Amino acid sequence: MKKVLILGAGTAGTMAANKLVRLLDRDEWQITIVDKDETHYYQPGFLFVPFGMYTRSDVIKPRRDFLPRDVELVMASIEMIEPEHNRVRLGNGRTLSYDFLIIATGADIHPEQTPGLGEHEWGRSIHTFYSFEGALALFRHLRTWPGGRLVFNVVENPIKCPVAPLEFLMLADWFFHEKGMRDRVELIYATPLPGAFTKPIASKLLGGMLEEKGIKVVPEFMVEHVDPDARKLVAYDEQEVEYDLLVSVPLNMGAEVIGKSGLGDELNYVPVDKHTFLSNKHPNIFVLGDAAGVPASKAGSVAHFAVDTFGENFARYTEGLEMQPLFDGHANCFIESGFGKGLLIDFNYETEPLPGRYPLPGIGPFTLLEESEANHWGKLMFRWMYWNLLLKGRELPLTAHMSMAGKWLPTAAK
Amino acid sequence: MATRTIAGKTVEVNDEGFLTRPEEWTKEIAIELAKEEGIPELTEAHWKVIEFCRQDAGATGKAPTLRRITTAAGVSTKDMFALFPKGPAKKVARISGLGKPEGCV
Repeated sequence: MKKVLILGAGTAGTMAANKLVRLLDRDEWQITIVDKDETHYYQPGFLFVPFGMYTRSDVIKPRRDFLPRDVELVMASIEMIEPEHNRVRLGNGRTLSYDFLIIATGADIHPEQTPGLGEHEWGRSIHTFYSFEGALALFRHLRTWPGGRLVFNVVENPIKCPVAPLEFLMLADWFFHEKGMRDRVELIYATPLPGAFTKPIASKLLGGMLEEKGIKVVPEFMVEHVDPDARKLVAYDEQEVEYDLLVSVPLNMGAEVIGKSGLGDELNYVPVDKHTFLSNKHPNIFVLGDAAGVPASKAGSVAHFAVDTFGENFARYTEGLEMQPLFDGHANCFIESGFGKGLLIDFNYETEPLPGRYPLPGIGPFTLLEESEANHWGKLMFRWMYWNLLLKGRELPLTAHMSMAGKWLPTAAK
Repeated sequence: MATRTIAGKTVEVNDEGFLTRPEEWTKEIAIELAKEEGIPELTEAHWKVIEFCRQDAGATGKAPTLRRITTAAGVSTKDMFALFPKGPAKKVARISGLGKPEGCV
């Protein structure tokens, strides 16, 4: 028997397990997946928790429900990956050997990396929604918050879901409107980016939307420390931003065990080929999802398209065939813009988000880079798709490769 | 692709003014680009960072991010902001004749 070992039963690991069960002959292959706890979080749903739109049962389910029966699930922490010996040491004392290793250990927030951030005001005047507990604490805080200066800060890029900060701010604008207190709330976005988003056309459009909603952007703001008592953010260039309520996306890093095992870069992401996800150093290690050091968004949609292309390549690779450069950096993200509307962006390594229609060219129903109610419903429907189709590796009516059909090029680029 | 002449040499640049062929870069070009970025004179500390970025990009094929520079070249983030104010990674990448760092996606 040949052994495939998957580390992490989150979005990418679970999808990979479902994909491989279908692709590999079970008389020849044994698939094992390791995770430290029982809970699968629907992370895109955390965004809605602070505003009371989602509760616990919307975003939490048991991991086992989404894993195929033929995959062995081992509950343990991962102590050390030993690529030289093709084995992984677990926290419960067990050692698992493998022929092929798939690392899907994700990324997480590290408030302790910014002085003043994760200290005595954490959970009081400083919040995050990048964890379920954090999102819930923020929900409780917002219920009685009298208003004031709400500052949203991203410590450093890359972060999971680069559009989430914009969505949070636009939903907050809506939320405070509905509560009849928008005039008592100042919304400020302090970001290390030069504008609202990473890619020029979308950045300009989204920046314009924020301005219309009265959300102020403080660009090129790299926070050095937080002064939790004076309630201000201090940047490396000594710029300061004061707040009454700070909502932070702390530094995102890959799993500690990646660094400990000597597999990671400076943020504990594993360097891989950006089209196949094969490790640069080890010919039997693949890295999927947020753990991969590729210049694509850290998002569930990327993990989905990545796993789709990976499955095909893995089957080729194990038969001794050359892999194809199948993954093109494809991401698509719904962006909630408040008041029951949303946007959708679709892009890859080469092509930035452009206006158009998706998935049917010229028809939609979704509108690319343009507000519509259909997009908002798409985002809400996506939770059902995630739990019922996506994780289980069922076919979605979307192709893994980004398509230019239905996209409108700006005149200058034609 | 557009071209422009910097310090007497004609080089290829993209629409954001980054050199597209790192091999066309010279130290004289770096001095001119630094002036455009608001840095009147390149000191030894500047050159140390520029040389690290050139070497690192040569090995990895891409311009290093700010965190990569601070971790691997041993320069603090604070110093990076003092040397290359406002967006140090992007600034040093442009001065070093490299593409824009891929940190932000």
